[in-house]
Amino acid sequence: MWLTMPLLHRPKWKVVGEGLVEWLIRICGVSAVIFVFAIFFFVFWEAKGILFGEDRLDLWKFLTSEEWYPASESNPRYGASALIAGTASVTVLSMLIAVPFGLGAALFISEFCGPRLKEVLKITIELLAAIPSVVWGFIGITIMNQLVMRIFGAPIGLTVLNGAIILALMSVPIIVSIGEDALKAVPDSYREAAIGLGVTRWQMLYRVLLPAAKNGLLAAVLLGVGRAIGETMAVLMCTGHAVNNPFNTTFPFLHPLDSVRTLPATIAAELGETAQGSQHYQVLFVIGLLLFTITFVVNMTADLVVKGIKGK
Amino acid sequence: MSAETVNAARFTETAFVRRKQRNEVVAKAVFLLMTLAMVLPLLLIVGFLVYKAWPALSVGFFLDLPRNGMREGGIWPAFLGTIYLVVISLVLAAPIGVMAAIYLNEYAKESWFTRIIHLAVINLAGVPSIVHALFGLGAFVLFAGLGRSVLAASLTLAVMTLPVIIASTKEALSAVPVSFREACWNMGVSRWQTIWRIVLPNSISGVLTGVILQVSRAAGETAPIMFTGVVFYRAVEKGDLFAYGLLDQCMALAMHLYTISTQVPGVPEAVPFATAVALLSVVLLLNAISIGMRIYLRTCKKW
Repeated sequence: MWLTMPLLHRPKWKVVGEGLVEWLIRICGVSAVIFVFAIFFFVFWEAKGILFGEDRLDLWKFLTSEEWYPASESNPRYGASALIAGTASVTVLSMLIAVPFGLGAALFISEFCGPRLKEVLKITIELLAAIPSVVWGFIGITIMNQLVMRIFGAPIGLTVLNGAIILALMSVPIIVSIGEDALKAVPDSYREAAIGLGVTRWQMLYRVLLPAAKNGLLAAVLLGVGRAIGETMAVLMCTGHAVNNPFNTTFPFLHPLDSVRTLPATIAAELGETAQGSQHYQVLFVIGLLLFTITFVVNMTADLVVKGIKGK
Repeated sequence: MSAETVNAARFTETAFVRRKQRNEVVAKAVFLLMTLAMVLPLLLIVGFLVYKAWPALSVGFFLDLPRNGMREGGIWPAFLGTIYLVVISLVLAAPIGVMAAIYLNEYAKESWFTRIIHLAVINLAGVPSIVHALFGLGAFVLFAGLGRSVLAASLTLAVMTLPVIIASTKEALSAVPVSFREACWNMGVSRWQTIWRIVLPNSISGVLTGVILQVSRAAGETAPIMFTGVVFYRAVEKGDLFAYGLLDQCMALAMHLYTISTQVPGVPEAVPFATAVALLSVVLLLNAISIGMRIYLRTCKKW
C-alpha cells in the first residue's frame, strides 16, 4: 500500500492546472452560443438608432416599397422590396437548377456507383465546395457572362440567370454531401429486404429509400437555400447590380435575363461609401439583421426536420 | 437437364421485367449525367482559368509588387496579407475550436444544453459572410477599438471559421473508440489526462485535417474582411516579410481579385486570371493536403 502512495499524490500544480484547463474547455464549449448572440447583439446595436430612434425607419415601407434611393440628398428613400425580390429571384432560380442536380448526384454517388468512382466523385465535390466565392464571381463575370450573352442573346450577361447558375454550382456540394448523409442513414436492412424481393435499384430508390430519407433530403435542400440567400461576393459580381424587381404577373413570372441586386450584395457594395452612424449606414445594418433572421430560421427548420427522423 | 436449361426455364423474361430493367438503365444514366454536369464544370473552369492566366503566371508574379495602378507587376502584398490573416485567425480559432469540440465530445452529456450548443454551431456556420462582416465592424473595429486592422479582420475570420474546426475536430475525436477511454479510466487516470495522453494523440491527424480546412476557408473569404481591415492598395517593400503590423491595414488576395476584376479599368486580361489562379491554387492545394491526410489516416488506422 505505502509503495503506491507517491503515485496517488500528483503534484498540486498539476491538479490545479487540470481544473483550470477543464474550466477553459467549458468556456470554449459555449463559445459558439456566445458568438451567435454576439453577432445578433452587435448588428442590432449598430442598427438600433434607426429602429427605435427619433426618425425611425418605417418598417412596412422598408419591406414593401421598391424605392431604394439611399444616397439622395433631399429625400433618401429606403425601400428594400426590390432587393428582397432580387434575392428571391436568384435563390429560386438557382434552387430550380441545384436541387434536381444535387439530389440526382447524391443518389448516384450513394446508390449507383462503385466504391472507387464514389471516392473520386466525393473528392471532386469537396473541391467544388472549396472554391472561394470571389473566384466564382470572377468566373461569372468572365466565362458565364460571355456564355449567357451568346446562348441567350442577352445584351448583357450579368443577369439573374448568370447569378443563379453560379449559385447553383456553389450550393450543389452542400446538397450532395448532406443528401448523401441522409441516404447513408437509411439502414442497409431496408436495402437488403428490397433487393431480396427482386426489385431493381431504381424501384428500391423511389419506393424505399426516398420515403425513408425524405426528411434528410429536405434538410439538404434547406441548407442549400440558406447558403444561396446569404451568398455575397459571387452574386455581387455577376447579377449586374441594378435595383430591379424581376418578377411580374404574366407568364413566366420571372425575367431571368434581367439584372438585379440582392440584399447581401447591397451591403457589400454600399457599406464602404457610407459615413459611420449615418441613416444609410444604419439601414444597411437593418438589412444585415433581416438576413441573419432569415438564415437563422432556415437553419433551425433544417435542423428540426432532421431531428424529426431521429426522434422516431 | 443441365444447369443452364434449368435457369432458362426459371427466368423467362416477361415484358414487365424488360421494362423494369430498362427503367433501371435509364435512371442510372440520368443520375450519372446529372453528376457529370456538376463535376465537369469544375474541370473545364479550372482548365480555362489556367489557360487564360498562363501568359502572366510565373514565380515573379507572386514575388513582385503591383505597379501602374495594379495593372502590371505581381501580387506580393496581397499574398503576404492573406498569409497574415490566415495565420492570425488560425492561432485565434484553432485552440478555441479544438477545446469546444473536446467539451462537446468528452465532457458534455446529452441534454437540452448540448442541444443548444449544437444548434449554435449550425447557425454560426450558416450566418451569411456579409453579416459576419457587419459583426466584425460593430464588435472588433468599433466596440473593441481595434480600428480597421489586420487583427480585427483576423478576429472576424476566426469567428466565421470556428464552426469548421469544431465540426471536424468533433468528428475526429468521436472516431477514437470508447474502449480506449474506458481502459484509461480503469487505471485511475483523470479525464483530462485521458484526453491529453490518449484521445488527442490518436485523433491528431483528424484534428489537423479540420484545421487545414479552416485555413483554406479563411484564405478565400472576401466579404468579412472587406470592412474590417483589408484595403485596395497599400505600399509595401518588395520581399519584406514583416510589412504589416497587427494594427495596420493590409491587402489580401481575395480582395485584390475583386478589386482588379471589377474596380480598376484597363487591367490586361491575363492579370486577374493569374490572380484567380493563384488564389484558387492556394485554396485547392490546402484542401488536397487535407484530403490526402484523411486518406492516409484511413489506411494506417490501428483499430
